[in-house]
Amino acid sequence: MAAKGRVTFSQDQCKGCGLCVDVCPVHILALDRESINAKGYNPAYCTDQEKCIACTNCATMCPDLVIVVERL
Amino acid sequence: MAVVFERTKGLTPISTHYCPGCTHGIIHRLTAEAMEELGVLDQAIGVAPVGCSVLAYKYFNCDMHEAAHGRAPAVATGIKRVLPDKFVFTYQGDGDLASIGTAEIVHAAHRSENISVVFVNNAIYGMTGGQMAPTTLAGQRTTTSPLGRDPAHAGYPIRISEMLATIPGATFIERVAVDSPANVRKAKRAIKRAFEIQLEGKGFSLVEVLSTCPTNWGIEPPNALKWLKENMIPYYPLGNFRDATKEEVSDGQ
Ligand SMILES: Cc1ncc(C[n+]2csc(CCOP(=O)(O)OP(=O)(O)O)c2C)c(N)n1
Ligand code: SF4
Repeated sequence: MAAKGRVTFSQDQCKGCGLCVDVCPVHILALDRESINAKGYNPAYCTDQEKCIACTNCATMCPDLVIVVERL
Repeated sequence: MAVVFERTKGLTPISTHYCPGCTHGIIHRLTAEAMEELGVLDQAIGVAPVGCSVLAYKYFNCDMHEAAHGRAPAVATGIKRVLPDKFVFTYQGDGDLASIGTAEIVHAAHRSENISVVFVNNAIYGMTGGQMAPTTLAGQRTTTSPLGRDPAHAGYPIRISEMLATIPGATFIERVAVDSPANVRKAKRAIKRAFEIQLEGKGFSLVEVLSTCPTNWGIEPPNALKWLKENMIPYYPLGNFRDATKEEVSDGQ
């Protein structure tokens, strides 16, 4: 069974580039089109924390190091 | 519960000025993590280039020096020769290293200066607004090649790693890309190996990292990664072009 994880975003530092979104194997990341951060971007967020498998793909691709991944 | 990914201590907490999705940020992280893991942050001196990474001195959590355009290998040479116990690296773009700074990089490799180079090839001059670089692909549109680079007029893109690998003094030359998580992980291993070679006193090491410039390519960040994969990697194949430390081993067998 895949590991369980938790992914946390420093949303105020996110530039909304979306590189994390495509590489998530369980498709639980998206850009939040409803909010705009202080930098003026739609930040990335996790749509379903329960499904995170702590693979770290998202954080590996994040150019701004806004993602912390924990294994539960 | 264990943290499996967090910000490296090799970077300052400052948010970078890089455009959204620019992979300079990933390459900064890999460089910083490699230094942190090798325990050299306290003894490291980096040399920043001219180009979008001109402000790298604000981001790397070690001593940094600025160099004139293309001259980072010369400045690094001076630092390393005066302070041989320091870990000395340069971080340079393709406009910096493959154009105005070609003489410096060729001769630093030729002398096998015991320094490490992180060479970021994004096939364009980013900082100045997207002009053609020596590394711009044939047919690639830039502000100075609006109809696409015409090799009959501008020559073919220069393959720096292949060229440097022919120099006896170039101890370690590898080309990597940061277009996917797997390739980012491989890029980290190459950068770390290049740094180890310096720590072992074995001479010049360079890692060419294929990178994106979503802004000046005019391509959204996720598609820029795809563009890199489909257009840059076929012309700039990934892999190790020289590892003289292994050649020594096989010579002795
Ligand atoms: C002596 C000198 N010539 C020209 C310039 C203008 N200039 C600034 S950055 C740059 C090119 C940068 O491109 P690259 O090294 O590919 O880095 P990028 O911005 O793409 O990361 C040029 C030509 C300069 N600053 N100094
Ligand atoms: S101009 Fe290009 S290389 Fe420079 S920060 Fe923006 S995306 Fe990166």
